[in-house]
Amino acid sequence: MIELVKNTKIDFMGLKKYAFAFSAALVLLGIVGTVQIYRGNANLGIDLAGGTEIQLKFQKPFAMDRIRSLLAGAGHGEATLQEVSGENILMLKLRAGAKQDEKMIAEPVVNLLRKSLADNPFVVQSVSEIGPAIGHKLRSDAEMALLISALAIIVYLAWRFEFKFGVAAAIATFHDIFAIVGIFWALGIEMDLLFITALLTIGGYSLTDTVVVFDRIRENIRLRKKGTFSETINLSVNEVLSRTIVTSLTVFIAVVTLLIFGGIVLHNFALALAMGIVVGTYSSVFVASPVVAVWRGEKMTEVKR
Amino acid sequence: MWKSITGRITLIAVLTAASIIILVPSLTDRVPAGWRDRVPKINLGLDLQGGVFLRLAVEIDKAIENTTMRYADDARAVCREKALPVLAFQKAGEGGFSLRFPPGDFASRAQATLKEEFPSLDVSLGEVNPDGATVIARMKPAEIQAIRTNAVVQGVETIRNRIDQFGVREPQIIAEGEDRIVVQLPGVKDQQRAIELVGKTALLEFKLVDEGASVEEALKGNLPEDDQLLYQKSVDPQTGRATKTPMVVKKRALLTGDTIKTAKVNFGNQAGGAHVSLSFDTRGAKVFDRVTAENVKRRLAIVLDDTIYSAPVIQERISGGEAQITGSFTPEEASDLAIVLRAGSLPAPVKVIQNVSIGPSLGLDSIQKGVRAALIGALLVVIFMGFYYKFAGMVADFALVFNILFLLAGMAAFSATLTLPGIAGIILAIGMAVDSNVLIFERIREEIRAKKSVRAAIDAGYDKAFWTVVDSHVTTLITAVILFQFGTGPIKGFAVSLSMGVAINLFTALVCTKVVFDYLNAKKPMQALSI
Repeated sequence: MIELVKNTKIDFMGLKKYAFAFSAALVLLGIVGTVQIYRGNANLGIDLAGGTEIQLKFQKPFAMDRIRSLLAGAGHGEATLQEVSGENILMLKLRAGAKQDEKMIAEPVVNLLRKSLADNPFVVQSVSEIGPAIGHKLRSDAEMALLISALAIIVYLAWRFEFKFGVAAAIATFHDIFAIVGIFWALGIEMDLLFITALLTIGGYSLTDTVVVFDRIRENIRLRKKGTFSETINLSVNEVLSRTIVTSLTVFIAVVTLLIFGGIVLHNFALALAMGIVVGTYSSVFVASPVVAVWRGEKMTEVKR
Repeated sequence: MWKSITGRITLIAVLTAASIIILVPSLTDRVPAGWRDRVPKINLGLDLQGGVFLRLAVEIDKAIENTTMRYADDARAVCREKALPVLAFQKAGEGGFSLRFPPGDFASRAQATLKEEFPSLDVSLGEVNPDGATVIARMKPAEIQAIRTNAVVQGVETIRNRIDQFGVREPQIIAEGEDRIVVQLPGVKDQQRAIELVGKTALLEFKLVDEGASVEEALKGNLPEDDQLLYQKSVDPQTGRATKTPMVVKKRALLTGDTIKTAKVNFGNQAGGAHVSLSFDTRGAKVFDRVTAENVKRRLAIVLDDTIYSAPVIQERISGGEAQITGSFTPEEASDLAIVLRAGSLPAPVKVIQNVSIGPSLGLDSIQKGVRAALIGALLVVIFMGFYYKFAGMVADFALVFNILFLLAGMAAFSATLTLPGIAGIILAIGMAVDSNVLIFERIREEIRAKKSVRAAIDAGYDKAFWTVVDSHVTTLITAVILFQFGTGPIKGFAVSLSMGVAINLFTALVCTKVVFDYLNAKKPMQALSI
């Protein structure tokens, strides 16, 4: 039998002070990030903020400065340029400015570059233009999706476990979502609709680990009847630690493959998922169960089904 | 769970055979046509096969205003004919306008005349004072409603017509809400041209050039009130330089494009350029005949969407109902112009509010990258399971193969759309698929450590892990369903592949693996299990 972890007797509950402090910092970062997103101080994708994104593939390496000055000359000084190294690909992003005019600008920009860079022809690989009205709609749809799935998860858990477990699992899930938002915001990584999709997926997935732990706690309370609640939690978490790690590991392998080989479109999506799996695994051990313990007290009352 | 081993194996075999039959035509074209055409296929999303997605906002208010202005122009022309002097003209709310007349019976005579001439207008007398009287005309509510409905319905119809003539395989043009149209054109290569073809209003008008008015004055803003200033655009074929020539024309259109019967591209005659020949229907031909007869030696501007294409001098009366639009067209431009003229104009102008165009090369690149990532991901997961759980891990790997096969076949059976995030969903589903088996195997290990027999440990492992497995599936399914409900195209694809993968996993991870262990245990209970 190959075992990553064997017969561990880690005192997880004893570590909860540090875990809570660390998690509080993560969540705080997430809240700051969320507030900043709403104040417009975040790197939002154009599908959420409105704007234009053009991806060009050149025949030869190109000079970013040249393109930047060309764009500035046409009144697009605020354009964000990103180069995909080695592939001669340029990603050009123009956010819908404060001017809020819904005029489509991709065509004139492409024509300008085509004319000015005649010595280095390019093909337009993709154009994405989103007017502010649609950006707002997509954004409110995304908010709605986050809200409804949070509610649905709490309802499901409240039905499967007793209420306090459900709330604790929900807290752990929000912890994960805030943590990823906070990290992305702090690192200035672009957040777009795919990122929101990743957040929802993380929410669903990180719950899985939590449920595995909770199932075992419930079972052990029924079997043991003695000792404190914290001891039972420690025992349960140690018992399921190996499967918690292995299940996360298999998904992590798949997601990292996606991160490395999936191409530029899926890069940030896979990055968010990978971070989410790590944070979600951590939270199911260090956040969900301690929250239940703190709230429920040390009495070994049986857990209602 | 189902007891008979043969029964379960038969079920799996039947599902496998059905899956292969359904799936193969989605993967390769080299199958007999009879097979290929009878089974549903996986659709590729726009992000994978390339193409154009457009969301258009129909500017209904502008359509109503345009119609109002046309009524107003006509009304003033009628008043002039009847010698009713209009002192002032004003817009009056949605679909309405007012005309001011001098004191006397002018206003009441105008009211009677307009009522008779324009049955679709409500005409009433407004403010009367010593300076004069006002007549207010307003489109009837039913008329306004008709414009509203027509703008979207007719717009969809017209765009479909244009796209059909342009030649796109399986275009999708649908109305969205009250004032939006979504156009999806998979596989279109010349994307800019397609966007222009869809978005052009294509209102063709024939207007007289007002030779009496001075262009210099008009440029300063002094324009006779029945006139308007338009530009003629022309491109020098040698230098490619575009020039704009201002021209003053009568506001009132003598004839519009809705009377066109056919339009086709011709090459040759002057300068070898392409031009478009039109032929009018009976009514149009009659009007054109009268207009040309009345205006010989004057210039007639051919105006498309407020741009003058040409303004030839009418040499003689034209009775055949044929006309030509010349200009500096490339063959593509001429052909597209003929298409929009045949398909007719949009009832209301549209504005592109979302445009996602994916070039075919990027789509192909995405497929290759996605498939490669999926294969590598699956391979790594398979290796890990075989390494960590030995024989049992290989049983889980065997189930994973069925999981992927059933998932792809399921997507084909429902003609689901595979997008790039959808491929990511498959990769994620692969990672999650073996999780069910991890939960079961870890439980079996515990039972073996507790000194149970292999057979009893396996049964207990499957039993006790069952609810945990179901829980983990349900939480993922909840989020996937919500994503499907709120997501846009590519993200819907993610939700579809992830949720189908996870749902199918419940069968493969529980049934397909258990049957292997049961089969091995059937004759003689296993003494040891490599797990």
